[in-house]
This record gives sequence, C-alpha cells and structure tokens, in this order.
Amino acid sequence: MNKFYLSSLLAVFVLALIAWVGGPSAPWLFGIVLPYLAVILFVYGVARRVMGWSRSAVPFAIPTTGGQQRSMPWIKQNKIDNPSTHLGVFIRMALEILTFRSLFRNTRMKMTHEGRFSYNLEIFLWLGAIAFHYAFLTTLVRHMRFFLEPVPLCIQAIEAVDSFFRFEISYDAIQFGLPGVYISGIVLLAAVVYLFLRRLFIAKVRYISLAQDYFPLFLIMGIAFTGILMRYFTKVDIAAIKELTMSLVTFKALSFKVPQGIGPLFYVHLAFVSTLLIYFPFSKLMHMGGVFLSPTRNLAANTREVRHVNPWNYPVKVHTYEAYENEFRDKMVEAGLPVDKMPEESAEEEKE
Amino acid sequence: MNDKKWIVLGLLIFMALFLSPFLYNVVTGAKAAPMPEVVLTEKAKAAKQCVMPTEFMRTEHMQLLDEWRLKVVRSGLRDFTNTEGKTFNMSLSNTCMDCHSNKADFCDRCHNYASVKPYCWDCHIDNPQGETK
Ligand code: HEC
Ligand code: HEC
Ligand code: HEC
Repeated sequence: MNKFYLSSLLAVFVLALIAWVGGPSAPWLFGIVLPYLAVILFVYGVARRVMGWSRSAVPFAIPTTGGQQRSMPWIKQNKIDNPSTHLGVFIRMALEILTFRSLFRNTRMKMTHEGRFSYNLEIFLWLGAIAFHYAFLTTLVRHMRFFLEPVPLCIQAIEAVDSFFRFEISYDAIQFGLPGVYISGIVLLAAVVYLFLRRLFIAKVRYISLAQDYFPLFLIMGIAFTGILMRYFTKVDIAAIKELTMSLVTFKALSFKVPQGIGPLFYVHLAFVSTLLIYFPFSKLMHMGGVFLSPTRNLAANTREVRHVNPWNYPVKVHTYEAYENEFRDKMVEAGLPVDKMPEESAEEEKE
Repeated sequence: MNDKKWIVLGLLIFMALFLSPFLYNVVTGAKAAPMPEVVLTEKAKAAKQCVMPTEFMRTEHMQLLDEWRLKVVRSGLRDFTNTEGKTFNMSLSNTCMDCHSNKADFCDRCHNYASVKPYCWDCHIDNPQGETK
C-alpha cells in the first residue's frame, strides 16, 4: 500500500461519484458549466505556462549529441543526431516528437552474474508510451464526430480505419462487437494500465512515483474505461449526447437546456475529461508543450562555430587595466612600479 | 537569441487546433444541429410500438440485432417474445425493415448524425417488399 496511488485513486473515485449523482440532478452544471469552465481554464493555463517559458532564457547551448559533430570534411557527420543546420534540428525534433526517439534509447543498467555491469535496451516504456499517445490522439480525433455536423469525410475515414478489425463475441452470456470495436480505445486502456502497473511493480520506478504521477494515469484510465463501458456495455443515447455536444460548440448551450435521456455514466466521462483539461496546465502533462522547448534537442550542435550569447547577459561595467594605468600612471612611476606605457618624455627627463 | 515569436506562433497554432470545433462551427455559422427527426412509416405508426420500448431501442437496437442474429444463426430459434408478450420473427430484413421500410429516412438519418455505418446491408436487403419509400 502506498499513500500516493491510494490518494489518487480515491480522488478519481470521489470525482466519479460526484458526477454520477450530480450529473442527472444538475445537468446544466455538469453538462454545460463544467465543460466550458474546463476549456477556458485549459486555454488560459496553457497560454500562461507557455508564455512564461518564452520569457525564460537559454543561458547555454547544451544540445546533447549522439553522433559525430561536423568537423573536417573527410569525417562523416551524423547530420540528424548531431545537427549543425536548422534542417537537421527540425528532423531531430520531428523524430523526437513523433517517435519519442530519446525514450527509445532508454537503457537499464544490470549486474551480470559474472559481476560486471551491462546496459540493456529497455524497450517496454517506449512501447507503452507510443501506444498510449497514438491511441489517445486517434481517440481524440475520432471524437470530432460529436462536434461537427455533417461529419467530415476525413473523420469518417479515421473511424473506418479504427474499426477495421472486427471483434465480435457472440454467446448467450456475452455480446460484444456491435457497435463495431474501435481498436484505439482498447489500446489506450491497455497502455495506460501498463504504464500504471509499471510504476507499481518496478521498485525503482515506484520509489520515484508520486501522486502527481498516478493521478493523471487513473484519470485517463477512468476516461477510457467509462468510454468503453458506454459504447459496448451500458449503452447511452448517442444522438442525445451529440445534441448536447453540438450545442456546446455552437454556443447554443448558453440557454442551459440539456437534452433528456443522457445517462449518468456520460456525466462521469465528461467530468473526467473536464478534470483532465483543468488539471493539465498545472501538471507535468505540460510536457506536451515542453517537448518543443527542450534545449538539449532543439539547439543545433554548432557550439564551435557559433557563439551562444546568454540573452540574460547585461552590459557589465568594467575598468580595464589600461584605464587603471592611465589613471594612476604618475603615482605608479613615483612608487617605482613597472608601467606598460611610460609617461610623457618631459616627465622622463625630469627623472634622469 | 530570442525565439519568442516562434513560441507564440506555435502556441497560436495549438490553440487554433484545440478550439477548431468552436471555430469551425462559428465560422460556418452552423446551427445547434439537433437530432434529425426520424420518419415513421404508416405501418410503424399503426403499430405504435417498436419491438421493445423506445428508450431501449434507441440505445440498444444494435445489441438486440446481434442477439437475434446469434439465436437465428447458431441456435435456429426464430421467435422473439418481447416484455409485453408479443412475438416477432427475429429477422433484420423481414421484421425491422418491414416496419421501418424507409431506411433512408429512419436508420440512415440517425446513423449519419452519429456517424455510424452498419455493414449489414452488404448482405441484407433493406426493403424486402420493394415498397415505395
Ligand atoms: C435514434 C437513432 C438511431 C436510429 C433511428 C437507428 N439507429 Fe442504429 N445506431 C444508432 C447509433 C447511435 C449507433 C452507434 C452506437 C454507438 O456508437 O455506441 C447505431 C448502431 C447501429 C448498428 C451497429 C453498427 C456498427 O457496426 O457499429 C446497427 C447494426 C444498427 N445501428 C442498425 C440499425 C437499424 C437496422 C436501424 C433502422 C431500423 C437503426 N439502426 C436505426 C442510432 C440509431
Ligand atoms: C411493429 C413495427 C416495428 C418493428 C417490427 C420494429 N419497429 Fe422500431 N419502431 C417502431 C415504432 C412505432 C417506433 C416509434 C416508437 C415511439 O415513437 O415511441 C420505433 C422506434 C424505433 C427506434 C427509435 C427511434 C427514435 O425515435 O429514436 C429504433 C432505433 C428502432 N425502432 C429500431 C428498430 C429495429 C432495429 C427493429 C428490428 C429489431 C425495429 N425497430 C422493429 C415500429 C417497429
Ligand atoms: C456476410 C453477409 C452478412 C452480413 C455482412 C450480415 N449478415 Fe446477417 N445474416 C447473413 C446470413 C447468411 C444470415 C442467415 C439467414 C437465414 O438463415 O435466414 C443472416 C442472418 C441474420 C439475422 C437473423 C435472420 C434474418 O432473417 O435476419 C439477423 C438478425 C442478422 N443476420 C443481423 C445482421 C446484422 C445486424 C448485421 C450487421 C451488423 C448483419 N446481419 C450482417 C449474412 C450477413
């Protein structure tokens, strides 16, 4: 037992309970006020956070490199891992953001039985992360069917691809597969459960996991779980829900009328999503924006060619030796101290 | 080195994407888009009631169809008795589409709204009697 994941789990349960009870009795609050509030806070929070980042300086050029830097023409440069041009940086950033390349290189140190250290490729975190993020993206895009009428062809195409695999389980006891199964939803839930179990069972990871790591995982687990529940098991009235979501995005919901017949489970789903949006800008989930601003990735590794000036450098008032000597030359000479530049000849003559 | 303009640009692009459902609907001046009225045929109107209560049909008709398919294809049963004791032949084309023979104005209208495309019509005919829609 661990207070960090227990408290997070409890928070998510309480949230679900509140929405379950509150949704049907105050639909305008949970169906209209909460989502609007969430969107406003999300937009404000993200903008504030990113603008804050934009004001902070990059004092040093600290690109990390994974290959040969540009040097002599006969030494082959690794143009992507150690880019010296904007194009190279762009490719490196694109690969990082789209394929999580630095996570892919994750290694784990192990002691072999001969008592030597070895570094092994540790691929599962990358696998879980990439499955999770792409499933989330697909799910998100798929949900556009609730916000656009008529549903554009590209959204329909994504739905068609997503439901390409037909899983149908048909027995007296269990009926599953109609409506068609969206693979992204299943992958999303599986991946987020894996990411949680990883924190739970790998001792080293558990040691560094706090409530702020568990809470978003539980929240997303809740979102995926309630979504799957609504689609395949305890059905909800999709048409009524689309009426609500359409009125939200066309601002017609400001009349605070919610269509009848929306089940409580939908309010739980919506409350989870709203909470995620509100929580997002204040949490480590902001790595969504932060990844674009990682200085070890987005700076060209051309520190030998271009001088990186810290924008925080202010003009320092200096007193050079030259100015110092000019000021005190006569006194220095009197005291017999060596000077760079002898005083005027007249003075010299006097001395002689 | 100052990348503020790029950061602001990126932020604006992200916000435009995030708010795109709002922007799209406001720019195109879309209506609230309530659920389209489904049209009942004369036959359905005369029957007054669907095979199950309307709320159930609205949310679970696909699962009912799945159950029917299972019973017919695997167990060879063909009769379905609903909660009110009325008996129906478990058939997509001969029962559902007999009452709802106006597929375009009934099933399709709602399905287009919810963006679902049942593949059943690859095999099953939607208008067994060939009635005018
Ligand atoms: C009130 C609106 C409505 C009407 C009318 C309606 N449907 Fe549906 N139907 C839906 C919705 C919504 C779904 C998808 C459910 C989901 O996404 O969870 C669906 C899904 C289905 C599916 C499963 C499709 C799949 O592969 O996912 C079948 C089959 C189906 N409907 C058959 C019919 C038939 C046949 C009729 C006409 C007799 C009909 N429906 C009328 C709303 C409706
Ligand atoms: C005896 C004629 C009849 C048969 C057979 C029948 N229906 Fe219906 N159906 C109706 C009527 C009448 C209504 C409207 C009920 C109402 O308005 O309360 C209806 C309503 C519905 C609705 C809800 C539409 C709405 O207003 O949201 C769906 C979905 C539906 N039927 C699907 C089916 C499917 C699928 C089948 C085959 C399993 C089927 N029906 C068989 C007569 C029938
Ligand atoms: C590959 C072709 C095919 C597709 C696609 C298909 N079916 Fe069928 N279906 C059949 C065949 C063949 C039978 C057997 C007919 C019989 O024995 O009377 C059948 C029987 C049924 C039956 C019971 C008998 C009857 O007359 O309707 C139902 C209900 C049914 N299917 C529903 C569906 C639904 C719902 C879908 C879409 C989700 C669907 N089917 C898609 C081929 C298909």
